[in-house]
Amino acid sequence: MTRLTRGYQFCAAHRLHTPALSAEKNRELYGKCNNPWGHGHNYRVEISVTGAVGPDSGQLVSVNALDKLVQRAVLCDFDHSDLNRDIAAFGSGMVPTSENVAVEIWRRLAEAWPADFPELAGVRLGETKRNIFELTNEEQ
Amino acid sequence: MLITRRVEFSASHVCASPGLSEEENRALYGAAANPHGHGHNYALEVTLNGDPDPVTGMVFDLRELKEILQREVAGPMDHRFLNREVPPFDRIVPTTENIAAEIWRRLQPNFRGKARLSNVRLYETEDLFVDYSEAVP
Repeated sequence: MTRLTRGYQFCAAHRLHTPALSAEKNRELYGKCNNPWGHGHNYRVEISVTGAVGPDSGQLVSVNALDKLVQRAVLCDFDHSDLNRDIAAFGSGMVPTSENVAVEIWRRLAEAWPADFPELAGVRLGETKRNIFELTNEEQ
Repeated sequence: MLITRRVEFSASHVCASPGLSEEENRALYGAAANPHGHGHNYALEVTLNGDPDPVTGMVFDLRELKEILQREVAGPMDHRFLNREVPPFDRIVPTTENIAAEIWRRLQPNFRGKARLSNVRLYETEDLFVDYSEAVP
């Protein structure tokens, strides 16, 4: 089994607040992540693919092509954005927790994924070095 | 239980397939096809799977593991031009995928006892790494 992982970074703001709960409950649930004006992170996202290595190219995927896809599908919109206001998925009540941000990244990648690419195997999102969220293809 | 040991080596390479033209190689590998090569500080993480020995409490002797990694990988590959000095990369392209698979082939016969080779992770940079594993009989 060969699995290739490529890491990227984007910087974005967010605020954790759900309209389903009162202001007090939001404060209790999300703590300082509920501060009204939001805050930001340098997110690190790792994208993993699995499949067969091309006998001539020696490659699982063209890293250049993967970079372009991730740039187009995710980083263009996410980098230097306010996730709550600038990313449509988080404008309608879905809270931009890193769990949900990882799911949205997966959704965008899956939508743009070229038919001749190897399988998307994982999305690993680090909000900070200490908080890391991982989705695998078994869950998708 | 899994145990992982890390070793680093620095090497140069050119990614170009002899079956392709210069333009095709350039399109496929980008700057990695530059004819005189370039280099990386590679980091290798080798993971073994086994149960701790009831007497020693160890899955595998880490000093011996260090010696195996030195003999099979860091010794032959550190400060070398992979395409010219480290077979089989005179014949196959030294992509991270192919180097990881070659490291597996070199290491696997060393772990025929209770601890088995479980995974080889090779970092070309902090932002690009390959995991390689095979089912071991």
